[in-house]
Amino acid sequence: MSPKTIAGLTLTFAAMAGALYIGETSVSRSARQDRVTVVYWEKWTGAEGEEMRKVVDAFNRSQDRIFVQYLSISGVDQKTMLATAGGNPPDVAGIWLDQIYQFSDAGALTDLTQMAKESGLGPDYYIKGYWDPLNYRGGLWALPSTPASIALHVRTDLVPAKYASPETFPKTIEGLDEMNKEVSKISKDGTIELAGFLPSNPGWWNWAWGPYFGGQLIDGDKITVNSPENIRAFEWVAKYAKMFGPKEMQSFQSGFGNFSSPQDPFMSGKVATELNGVWKGGYINVYKPDTKWFAVPFPYPSDRPDLAGHSNLSQDVLTIPRGAKHPKEAFEFMRFVQRQDIMEGLCNGHGKNSPLAQVSEHFFQNHKNKYIRLFDALARSPKSFSPPKIGINQQISNEMTVAFQEVNNGDKTPKQALDDAETRLNALWKTYQEQVLNK
Amino acid sequence: MNRRREARVGILFALPWILGFGIFLLYPILASLYYSFTNYSILRAPKWIGVSNYQELVGDKVFIQSMGNTLYYLIGAVPLGSVGAIGLAMLLNTKVKGIAFYRTLFYLPSLVPMVALGTLFMWVFNGDYGLLNSVLREMHISPPNWMGDPSWAKWTLIMISTWGCGQAMVIYLAALQDVPVSLYEAAELDGARLWQKTRNVTLPMISPVILFNVLMGMIGALQVFAVPYVMFPGGAPARSTYFFTSYLYDNAFQYQRMGYASAIGWVMFVITLTLTLISLKVSDRHVHYERS
Repeated sequence: MSPKTIAGLTLTFAAMAGALYIGETSVSRSARQDRVTVVYWEKWTGAEGEEMRKVVDAFNRSQDRIFVQYLSISGVDQKTMLATAGGNPPDVAGIWLDQIYQFSDAGALTDLTQMAKESGLGPDYYIKGYWDPLNYRGGLWALPSTPASIALHVRTDLVPAKYASPETFPKTIEGLDEMNKEVSKISKDGTIELAGFLPSNPGWWNWAWGPYFGGQLIDGDKITVNSPENIRAFEWVAKYAKMFGPKEMQSFQSGFGNFSSPQDPFMSGKVATELNGVWKGGYINVYKPDTKWFAVPFPYPSDRPDLAGHSNLSQDVLTIPRGAKHPKEAFEFMRFVQRQDIMEGLCNGHGKNSPLAQVSEHFFQNHKNKYIRLFDALARSPKSFSPPKIGINQQISNEMTVAFQEVNNGDKTPKQALDDAETRLNALWKTYQEQVLNK
Repeated sequence: MNRRREARVGILFALPWILGFGIFLLYPILASLYYSFTNYSILRAPKWIGVSNYQELVGDKVFIQSMGNTLYYLIGAVPLGSVGAIGLAMLLNTKVKGIAFYRTLFYLPSLVPMVALGTLFMWVFNGDYGLLNSVLREMHISPPNWMGDPSWAKWTLIMISTWGCGQAMVIYLAALQDVPVSLYEAAELDGARLWQKTRNVTLPMISPVILFNVLMGMIGALQVFAVPYVMFPGGAPARSTYFFTSYLYDNAFQYQRMGYASAIGWVMFVITLTLTLISLKVSDRHVHYERS
């Protein structure tokens, strides 16, 4: 090799090394040299994302040792998992509750048990229904950011006067069915003009219908999606599909606008009642404040009065991925979010209820949702339930949605749809146990 | 410069590409082949499990369903796209005023990003207030619920696929302009009409390009992902729009089953290769190469 070639190659490699160094420096995550930088990836964009940004700003102002760098990104769950695998995860990742089981099984999260204990966070600090789901296989894997409970929203002006108050609205499923028959308007050609209630609207919690009838999706280590209670729930769904007609229902629903717009079917008056989260009140305030409505707990089957006051609970959570550069500082920020005044400000900003056991009167009085006390009570109800604690939670949810759609379309009987879901989930669970849990 | 030195310099110049190919293509391809025989959840080291992933695929009803949906889409989208692209190319091969403008106009839609396309067509195909159904109702035709009805959902996607036929159209156009005018003149002297000229001159002369475009269309159809992902979350309704790639994506990134996803990818590759080889074999008799 000639001296010229050697010199050329040396220069080339030096330039490449320089570029790598400069590149690494320019994309460095240390936003501030004078503080420890904690990188925080949050799932929320838009108004909810801005509320969380306010919390981050408040934390950054509150002390001079840590700087939280807030990044609102889409697909945060998948990106967190890949970044963790690549050894460069964020210090804090804001994901959803039902993902922590799979993430924990995969070894993607840091156990927060000890840090929580040292900073005085424990079961007494939180509402039980929100604290318990954060604990899984002997570890604490997340802390809440904003939680929610779900209730039936009712349009006062679209139901007969006898149903038009929380006190007189039917308490049982059978009563709800009667109300639906009275309220729904179907034209002679089968076109739906108004639906009293539609199980498929908004269709976000298809896994939860069984539990609303007293069923469970898992029992210990066993998948039980085709239990008699779950089948009963789907038979009830099928009844609605039959009453409205699957095709007519599809056509009717395809005309629904986005839930965060005045064309939302509840706000635009296409459905008289809707099962939705505590945040709905905030959206109504923004998009159609003149809507006349109230909220009640979702009715229970008349032969199961023990289920009264039930609700499915959901949570946005904060986690520390495994391999985070500054876990202690990350936890310090998470602890800040758990402060009662901070948490109440954030939850009100999101239009949600608080996950904390202690809630101030100020929070209730100033909340965006006028029925916030109901949502708080539902969160505290021993009958309320969360997504099942299992690593194949996502698959269960997907299979239940497919089964729901098959029943709702009239393609399969409830039993057939749930038997098929059960068979598939059993196979998936077996593989998961062998391959992930090493059983 | 002697031959060895020439080769060395050549390799040196090609080195960036060779490195890029090795690092970003060859290594991931070989790694995915290895992972397809392992249990791999990204965060833990892959564990060798032999052909278990492939055995599981054989009995996996969702995989079979996604394969069926993909083949259904392929059978619908490729011929429709090909006929559309050839037809457009023939129209745009005529000598009319402003032809350059028309060519640009018909090519432009293929530049729309897939996610934007999906969002756009959600408005067009909406069963209630969608543009298409509004037009059909004006014509007193009772329209289907394109996106809500499992029997129509796949056809919605097939129809959307024709939106991107501008790419193929440009290639056909280039091929059409290469057909010697003398052949048309000879055909006209023999009394050939438009259809006879198309059938006996145009199509045979552009047959290698048809083969190329059909193969590319087929490979593209087998990889359909973005538009159904945007328009039909989870393959709704009832997995009727759940494709190969949807299942691969869910297994890789939702369920953290990278090994299984790799196996799906390799099955997909084998099916693509098989269909390509069959197409090449079948086309032997029908494709006219000038040199032969």
